[in-house]
Amino acid sequence: MNLLLLVLLLPAAGFLIALALPRSSPASSRYWALGISLATFLASLALLGWFDRTLAGDQLTVDWLWISSPEIRFHIAADGVSFWLVLLSTFLTPICVLISWDHIQNRVKEFYAFLLLLEFGLVGVFLAQDLFLFYVFWEVSLVPMYFLIGIWGHERRIYAAVKFFLYTMAGSVLMLAAIIYLYNRAGTFGYAAILDQLASGRLLFTPFEQMLLFLAFFVAFAIKVPLFPLHTWLPDAHVEAPTAGSVMLASVMLKMGTFGILHYALPLFPSAARRCAPWIAVLALIGIIYGALVAMVQPNMKKLVAYSSVSHLGFVVLGIFSFTQLGLDGAVYQMLNHGVSTGALFALVGLMYERRHSLAIEDYGGVATAAPWLSTAFLITTLASIGLPLLNNFVGEFLVLQGAALANFTWAVWAALGVILSACYMLWMYQRVFYGELTEKVRSHMPDLNLREWAVVIPLIAMMVWMGVYSKSFLDPVGKTTARVLEQTQVNVSYRVDLRMPQRTEVSRVR
Amino acid sequence: MSASPMFNPTDLIRFLPEIILTAMGTSMMVLDPLLNRRESKIYGTLSVATLAAAIVAAICAYSQPGPAFGGMIVVDGFATFFRVLVFGVGILTILPSFSFLKRQQAETSEFHALLLFSIAGQSIMAAANDLIVIFIGLEISSIASYILAGYLRDDKRANEAALKYFLLGSFATGFFLYGVALIYGETGSINLSVVHSVVVGPDAPSAVMVGLAAALMFVGLAFKVSASPFQIWAPDVYQGAPTPVTAFLSAGPKAAAFAIFLRIFMTAFAPIGEAWAPLVWISALLSMTIGNFAALLQNNVKRMLAYSSIGHAGYVMVALAARSEIGTAAVMFYLAAYACMNVGAFAVVSHLSGKDERYQSVEDFAGLAQKQPFVAAMLSIFLFSLIGVPLTGGFFGKFYIFKAALESHLVWLTVLGLLNSAVAAYYYLRILVMMYFRDPGDAALSAEPLTPALSAALILPAIGTLFLGIFPGWVLDFAGRSASLVK
Repeated sequence: MNLLLLVLLLPAAGFLIALALPRSSPASSRYWALGISLATFLASLALLGWFDRTLAGDQLTVDWLWISSPEIRFHIAADGVSFWLVLLSTFLTPICVLISWDHIQNRVKEFYAFLLLLEFGLVGVFLAQDLFLFYVFWEVSLVPMYFLIGIWGHERRIYAAVKFFLYTMAGSVLMLAAIIYLYNRAGTFGYAAILDQLASGRLLFTPFEQMLLFLAFFVAFAIKVPLFPLHTWLPDAHVEAPTAGSVMLASVMLKMGTFGILHYALPLFPSAARRCAPWIAVLALIGIIYGALVAMVQPNMKKLVAYSSVSHLGFVVLGIFSFTQLGLDGAVYQMLNHGVSTGALFALVGLMYERRHSLAIEDYGGVATAAPWLSTAFLITTLASIGLPLLNNFVGEFLVLQGAALANFTWAVWAALGVILSACYMLWMYQRVFYGELTEKVRSHMPDLNLREWAVVIPLIAMMVWMGVYSKSFLDPVGKTTARVLEQTQVNVSYRVDLRMPQRTEVSRVR
Repeated sequence: MSASPMFNPTDLIRFLPEIILTAMGTSMMVLDPLLNRRESKIYGTLSVATLAAAIVAAICAYSQPGPAFGGMIVVDGFATFFRVLVFGVGILTILPSFSFLKRQQAETSEFHALLLFSIAGQSIMAAANDLIVIFIGLEISSIASYILAGYLRDDKRANEAALKYFLLGSFATGFFLYGVALIYGETGSINLSVVHSVVVGPDAPSAVMVGLAAALMFVGLAFKVSASPFQIWAPDVYQGAPTPVTAFLSAGPKAAAFAIFLRIFMTAFAPIGEAWAPLVWISALLSMTIGNFAALLQNNVKRMLAYSSIGHAGYVMVALAARSEIGTAAVMFYLAAYACMNVGAFAVVSHLSGKDERYQSVEDFAGLAQKQPFVAAMLSIFLFSLIGVPLTGGFFGKFYIFKAALESHLVWLTVLGLLNSAVAAYYYLRILVMMYFRDPGDAALSAEPLTPALSAALILPAIGTLFLGIFPGWVLDFAGRSASLVK
């Protein structure tokens, strides 16, 4: 039995069995979800032993025929990027189970069933090596999140859930059209086979075709990222989602978009991607600064964190479209960092909501006195999020800035502004929530962390420190894979995005 | 055409399904006066058994494929596929109608006999290879459906529905018949294979006349499949007709009409494809757009599903516009998936609607997931399939259709169609929102407990939907093998 297959199928089996558990006993659902998600996590940890860190390509492949005509294969494999994203998903799912333990009290069985289905979809998205299979997982992950937001969310949950579904759906139908078009030209859905044909010149697109196909893919991914100006669904979805939904959404689902850009859009349509790079970089920069500025004025903690995601994900996109080894490494690392630190922020905000039943910053104040350990955990996460050295985000942001500077120094300058702004809004929020006068309402509602909550917080903080101090353990396989992506895009490592670059030569170079 | 003996046994085997249905339908009418009212339950069971027998007969007939009655009907994979499909739709219509008819105190033999006649007509349409036989099948199917639409004769809306359906339907059939007459006049034959060979032959009739005939038949058939711009009748009829009948109308006659659409346009009129393709293109786009956008505004679920079925007819027209065997296979697959999900969705509507169909609005689905989680889960499967979410039949149906369209270079139609399906997601989601995200209302609270027949009516299409979504290869392979029609 291939371990990768086990990691994918455990949540699916868990989902089916969770549906069969008795409705009358919510505890059984909780323990089942915890058990199965921990088992999945352990299985994915065991993958570390099997995973060859020196390889750039796909490994641990499972390749079965699913549908014979048109040939669609159940083909999964991991590379240096998707491997970490799978680990991130399996790492966060048990944490999400734990933070929902007391918070979710109605329709418990369905909640955990959907959470496991979500994990299945997300792991599948990162592992699929067949474009069709990828699309299937892409859509499958949408359904559980829709229900998580819609059933267990806050007041405006229905609006948020429908908006989330429709935005993503609108983007992905265009991607479906592009996938079918690719199939008709290449005669296969196999991703590796299509790349082969592109590399050998058997499959050649005109610049116009390539641009349309690139945009079809890119828009679907950009909505998911979300890239300015397609981000408007995100604050709604985040604010209305239950804590576990916010964590999974921010930490893993947004990465589907950036992963898609890196893994599919770039290698498939390199010259279109390069032609669009300056424009996309500008959108990413606008996202970085706009997201930070909007975050600064938010009266609602969750919304603040949501807009900070727009800003952080802008870094990832900028790093990818710098087309430099450093920028790509940084982008991938930032994807993981954001998963850990923003996931932690949402989890902590969720813990505070459970206590005080409010997300408004003005309802807090002096929390540091009432709950010192909670405040410490929040402080470490805040510092990680604003990129303090020795914590995880610093490494990623630094690499992205360096990569961006190599590509275009002005980009790096503007992006650095975003780093400064992030310190402003995060620290300002921290100050208003945790310091200041302790009101009676806060004091009476703010017990410190209990054992279960410690179990949520400690792994997250441990990861922030580890990823900040010893990034080498993560970056080695990442670098191998991103180097391959760069090679596939036929871009020299020292390539600089330059509008004056003659476009006509690109087609011949691909050939 | 060589003269064949009157009662060739092979011919009879190839015609066995229709014989079974007609015989049973007639005997039910005869039986009715002999039985007292309390025994009226047996008609339903009897019809299900009859249809099951007809499915077996259709498969037996396929063991000896070939033409029958001098080429008037053809038993091939295509015919068998559609025969089994319409019989299946029949069974799935009857199962939820048990409790519906009981609630309305309208359990009579006519309902079932008419249904069997209508299905027999559709089965003839599926196998016909001759314009007159097609016309006869169309009429048998239509006349029985007109009556079924007005089956609850004390209901004003049902009366309106039946009258509207009848008047407009007769016009459409008239158009179709004009087309047949023109073709006979021009080519001297009504056999599709002969017409095809004359049209491609050396003394081909004037393209204008053949084109005119094709256009007239297109009008008649577009009406039957409720494709724009001939869809106006559909919302009123679907809303007014008793829900099980609506379920039937939206799947059975539509599938059969698409079968003859393919049979005629992909054989006899295939040579002039360039001429009719733009018509289908426009009709596809209009149907998708009108159906989906109008459905956004509906609050009555039956009416919403009526518009949605116009939209789905539009998707199928996209595959027709592709004019390829892959397109034909895509149509067949889509209609199978559509039959499962749509009939299933209507079964839930029928279950929930209550006495005299009081509960039909979207709000009436509120909180169904809390009161009857099983029903809600089944409806979710159907709705996700209608949206086109992967792992459901609806997704693969759309996928094959748009794949066929792209292979025929219909890029714009594909893009617009896919965007349409994103729009459509909104109104299906509204029902899901109601079921899962709201507290129960009157309809959910007063919903009857599930009967075994109704459970079967939900589980069978749900299994079908998921099966087509997870293992589409089986059905698609068969459709692909059957897509090359006898020319």
